[in-house]
Amino acid sequence: MRAVDALMECLKAEGVDVVFGLPGGANLPTYDAFYDAGIRHILVRHEAGGGHAAEGYAKATGKVGVALATSGPGATNVVTPICDAMMDSVPVVFITGQVRTDLLGTDGFQEADTMGITMPIVKHSFMIQHPLEIPRTVHEAFHIARSGRPGPVVVDIPQDLSRADIPYEPVTDVHLPGYQPTTDGNQKQIRLAAKALANSRRPVIYAGGGVISAGAAAELIEFATVDKFPVTCTINGLGGFPAPHEQWLGMLGMHGTRAANYAMDEADLIIAVGARFDDRVTGKLSEFAPRAKFIHIDIDPAEISKNVPAHIPIVGDARNILPRLTAEYRSLGAEGSRLEEWWSRIRVWQERHPLGYEDSTDSEIKPQYMIQALYEATGGDAIVASDVGQHQMWAAQYFHFAGPRQWINSGGLGTMGFGLPAAMGAKVGCPDRTVVCVSGDGSIQMNAQELATCAQDGIAVKVFILNNGYLGMVRQWQELFWDKRYSQVDMGKYPDFVKLAEAYGAAGIRLQDKTTLVSDIRAALATEGPVVVDVRVTREENTYPMVPAGQAARDMVG
Amino acid sequence: MGEPATKEVLSLEQLEAAVGLRTGRKHILSILVENKPGVLTRISGLFARRGFNIATLAVGPTDDERFSRITLTLDGAVHPIDQVTKQLHKLVNVLKIRDLEPVETLARELAMFKISADGATRTEVMQICEIFRAKIVDVTKRSVVVEVTGTCDKIDAFERLVRPFGLIEMARTGEIAISRGRGET
Repeated sequence: MRAVDALMECLKAEGVDVVFGLPGGANLPTYDAFYDAGIRHILVRHEAGGGHAAEGYAKATGKVGVALATSGPGATNVVTPICDAMMDSVPVVFITGQVRTDLLGTDGFQEADTMGITMPIVKHSFMIQHPLEIPRTVHEAFHIARSGRPGPVVVDIPQDLSRADIPYEPVTDVHLPGYQPTTDGNQKQIRLAAKALANSRRPVIYAGGGVISAGAAAELIEFATVDKFPVTCTINGLGGFPAPHEQWLGMLGMHGTRAANYAMDEADLIIAVGARFDDRVTGKLSEFAPRAKFIHIDIDPAEISKNVPAHIPIVGDARNILPRLTAEYRSLGAEGSRLEEWWSRIRVWQERHPLGYEDSTDSEIKPQYMIQALYEATGGDAIVASDVGQHQMWAAQYFHFAGPRQWINSGGLGTMGFGLPAAMGAKVGCPDRTVVCVSGDGSIQMNAQELATCAQDGIAVKVFILNNGYLGMVRQWQELFWDKRYSQVDMGKYPDFVKLAEAYGAAGIRLQDKTTLVSDIRAALATEGPVVVDVRVTREENTYPMVPAGQAARDMVG
Repeated sequence: MGEPATKEVLSLEQLEAAVGLRTGRKHILSILVENKPGVLTRISGLFARRGFNIATLAVGPTDDERFSRITLTLDGAVHPIDQVTKQLHKLVNVLKIRDLEPVETLARELAMFKISADGATRTEVMQICEIFRAKIVDVTKRSVVVEVTGTCDKIDAFERLVRPFGLIEMARTGEIAISRGRGET
């Protein structure tokens, strides 16, 4: 059988039901195999859209996403999604075409050193040297992508090798002697952590995207409620703990709540679960949680003490560790009442500094209100994929995520243009869910071409553009830290998003009246097929509260 | 603080973060890797992007053709070694890393020196070579080429002594190392 037909068998054996891609010269053999392989292929309009769609699919379903691109420019177009998937630990296998082996190194047509270009931003990568390697390599790629700390894996296949004939035998095992992630946490460390918790008077659970990757949201709730531990999540952890909840402090970090940031600041013990102490969380590192000791649970040992030294490191899978920690803690019979004083302090912060904004007195739509209206109109029951910028932070603040895999955003890399294709991938993976994309007039234009994909394939995503005519987050920083010198942030009034939507075969709606917003959103959500809603919002509105970059949490402004 | 909340008392004050420390000495890492294309690039790329400086690097085959050994030295005063080794362990092609204990380790480097030496100074250079058990492998009227093996410190010392004669050029391999005794490195 041709190696590419064996590739199709491998994809099926891995349970792949859909891939996102775009053909070209070097992967023509692969596309010939797709012709009758019986695997759904979504033809994207730009390889970056395909890469982000595979990420959205993976984030929404928990399965490995697959994206295909041809050699050269096809491969370089997926560099951003690969890097994005690396930063946010998203399991995606990227299969790229490569020029024929006799052309390698000759600057052949559409040749690029895909392995070299992507090496710093992959969990692992493979370049096929012999057609016989293809089946085993594909399975190894999936295994690496989904296990341990998930991440992107690139498989680069030269054109001539992909069309060679090979005897195909299903591969049932993988052999990777250098890759053995630790999943069982050390029992002694877990016991020590339980003792530390039992002796803590001001604990905070700080949960990140790892909770969601591990499928440990239920285990986190059980752990947090074994006593009354306050919980905050990173932007990638949202939905890992249900909001609203009486123990929920809100998101932490640069645009987190004061309650969450102040609690971190005054905590005596912080339990980090699947979080990596990003600078957007810690602010000024030397003043981050100065009174706290740290329990750090992570499946990636290199995250332990990378930024903040851990006092009790526990390396392993949160889903395995949290129930054991809960049981150990329970067996200690700690007195829950010791946390009352801590809670009364937290309640004061929550009452004094709730998230808020000054609403308009006329019909003008405040962007924060737009998110609240979306939450109300969906009843909170929607997958929300976001782009990057102010709208992303407002969505994180004002849409309350009740469960995991409901919030899909580019947290680590901060990739504008992520939202629409990610929403598309999520909708493909979860066709029965309502999937909305919250975007901005800047971000949406970075991958707007995927509206055509949505229209052609009937992928009914509902896109809400918070249109303020600015690159809003940059404008905010220029206003606050660069003396209001607005340099290159005014996006003007083009394009007409309603017409753009219609040109792409989607429905276009413009909203600018606050008073009917909730019902207008309901109507948009009820419209069939892909829909683009151009929501005209206040032009100059700032995302608050805010920890200015490089400052301490207690110095929040706004 | 009030009464302890549980019978299993543990003062949080006692907890210490024991990692991320700079050791202040030179470290020799012996890294067993799969003998595959691109592995060295992955390692050197990792060092470059994480800002770790390699002092010396030597790569060669092992007794098993499936594997190569990379020996690299780096300064433990500048880098937290545990962070370096943990990042290296994340590379799929890296099988084993040993941070070699100085007293348990034999380390050697090969160096070649091209030194100005005419009739008047040749004898002196030869005397230094003798002390260092270095070997003269090429002689011309005005120069000698000397081969020296030893620890990095020994080669540094040799260099200091011959430099005044006129050091034309020098090539060093970087240290390779193996553990003492019967056990595998």
